[in-house]
Amino acid sequence: MTCIERVTGRALPLRGNDIDTDRIVPARFLVAVSFEGLERAVFADDRAGGAHPFDNPAYQDARVLLVNRNFGCGSSREHAPQALQRWGIQAVVGEGFSEIFFGNSVQLGMPCVRVSGEDIDKLMRAVEKDPTLLVTVDLTTMRVNAGCLGARADMPAAARDALTTGLWDATGLLLHDFDRVRETAARLPYVSGWKQAS
Amino acid sequence: MGKTLLQKVWDAHAVRRLPTGQTQLFIGLHLVHEVTSPQAFDMLKARGWRVAFPHRTFATVDHIVPTTNRKRPFLDTMAEQMLTSLEGNCLEHGIPLYDLGSEDQGIVHVIGPELGLTQPGMTIACGDSHTSTHGAFGSVAFGIGTSQVRDVLASQCLAMEPLGVRRITVTGTLPAGVYAKDVILAIIQRLGVKGGAGYAYEYAGEAVERMSMDERMTICNMSIEGAARVGYVNPDRTTFEYLRGRAFAPPAERFDEAVRWWSSMASDVDAAYDDEVTIDGASLAPTVTWGINPGQSVSVTDRLPSPADVSEADRRGIEEALGFMGFEAGQPMLGTPINVAFIGSCTNSRLSDLREAARIVRGGRVASGVRALVVPGSERVRQAAEREGLHEIFQAAGFEWRGAGCSMCLAMNPDRLQGREICASSSNRNFKGRQGSPTGRTLLMSPAMVAAAALAGEVVDVRRAVAALEVSA
Repeated sequence: MTCIERVTGRALPLRGNDIDTDRIVPARFLVAVSFEGLERAVFADDRAGGAHPFDNPAYQDARVLLVNRNFGCGSSREHAPQALQRWGIQAVVGEGFSEIFFGNSVQLGMPCVRVSGEDIDKLMRAVEKDPTLLVTVDLTTMRVNAGCLGARADMPAAARDALTTGLWDATGLLLHDFDRVRETAARLPYVSGWKQAS
Repeated sequence: MGKTLLQKVWDAHAVRRLPTGQTQLFIGLHLVHEVTSPQAFDMLKARGWRVAFPHRTFATVDHIVPTTNRKRPFLDTMAEQMLTSLEGNCLEHGIPLYDLGSEDQGIVHVIGPELGLTQPGMTIACGDSHTSTHGAFGSVAFGIGTSQVRDVLASQCLAMEPLGVRRITVTGTLPAGVYAKDVILAIIQRLGVKGGAGYAYEYAGEAVERMSMDERMTICNMSIEGAARVGYVNPDRTTFEYLRGRAFAPPAERFDEAVRWWSSMASDVDAAYDDEVTIDGASLAPTVTWGINPGQSVSVTDRLPSPADVSEADRRGIEEALGFMGFEAGQPMLGTPINVAFIGSCTNSRLSDLREAARIVRGGRVASGVRALVVPGSERVRQAAEREGLHEIFQAAGFEWRGAGCSMCLAMNPDRLQGREICASSSNRNFKGRQGSPTGRTLLMSPAMVAAAALAGEVVDVRRAVAALEVSA
């Protein structure tokens, strides 16, 4: 059980709204039975098109990904956050995330926090100007700090608590009181064979 | 104050409140396929866990299956390994698998309803974002990632956060040649590709009430394209009659009891909604996407937007989409040439979709230079279509008639676009590279519109063909 309270590191600014998970990991890389090696698939098609932040030598050690609106929309493939995490990303800061991408990331212990459009723009500009700038995503204060910049960050409380208390890997929690799971199931008429339907 | 279906289903399935503040939600039906499950089974194995409710878990193979040569082993050795892995995992854990060769194999979101597994009042999860499809039956159904697939396998539960409900009322009667696909494309265009974040979409109104289950599934399917993880329609007689007699539906002697419970799960008339939107169904037209997300669409007779007409914030998105598609701002949608026509996917591959497309195709010829294929959503759909002779209509016109699977919707099998080809597609996503070529281009539209485009070799207005059919009938 690992508590994730903050992530500090260099950042990688990736501009654009509505970046979907097909772009993060094209579907052909899903023809596999494990997540091994997915770091090589990150934005594979976009990067083939030329200059891409993920190929910029200045960002190769980045731990914090900076994005715009509706990041990770589309397919539910966990391959997307898996690939980013395996590439080295430990936290994502953006204007907004798709719910499935957000949930998948939390399950992997990779926080996604929201900041305002104005703040993400300032952070991106600062990092573009100085890629060595260290960015801290602090879940205890819900702030993103970078040099003299500071931004208020936002994240659903339950997800934040799951990360900071080390309960982000949910299976153990869900198995904790299994009798209650059985009781809930037994109360559902479609599970119990319509014998108790009222 | 009454409750919505979402609240009732949520309450009935809530196990407990977790220390994180999330709800532990029991999942009534877990659907499994070959792409997002092998890693989950491995995680289960690594921790020494078993599948908690194997009899509430069902599997099929859809994403990677070839739709032409279906002989095993597959030519793609990794695809073969994925299916072998699924077969082994299902065998080991006692999970029913509708495997290749089974008459029940097909796209997971087509076979669930077909088998009567999908029922009102259930919670349904699957490692696939288009699980929202099953909401057409008045279930709460949503896509999950692989770690959550592991959670459901191990515990039949998920840790969930509550959703709000936005009711979308579609009034009036849809004009001839305007379909469920046009309704959902119009909704996404209006509310935006991120407009549904935090909401379940409840589709209501006379236009939705009149729809068949196939049409309701098309609408619920694409909820996720508008960022709503869940989309549903309240169950009614159409729902119950669809289910009656299906393999996993309640038996005849219990059916009335089931209908009573299902009916009790529908939203109350005095339920409170977090948001309400009304769409005039009579005002809708055939809708076609021109860009790189499903919200970038126009009515078929309209022109593409211009970056100059929108706010600074949206300009970049339009410029990027026009650049990728190779289209000019303000160009007409009508007459856009196509290279490929694809009828299929979990959005539009059911029998009624194929019937309507065949009605347009009958007696025509696919335009020269256009590659056209029909991929039924399930083997049962394929067989039913063949009994009606639909395959002959398609084949006579020059369409290829294939076996069931996801096929060119996401091109994880050999069916894919080449280079910069433009595809008129009845699928759900027009993302860059979605159909298998990094530079390939997708125009989303209804299956009838795809059929008409295939014959013309370019985007046309299917309302003309439909009107001509109605005159001749």
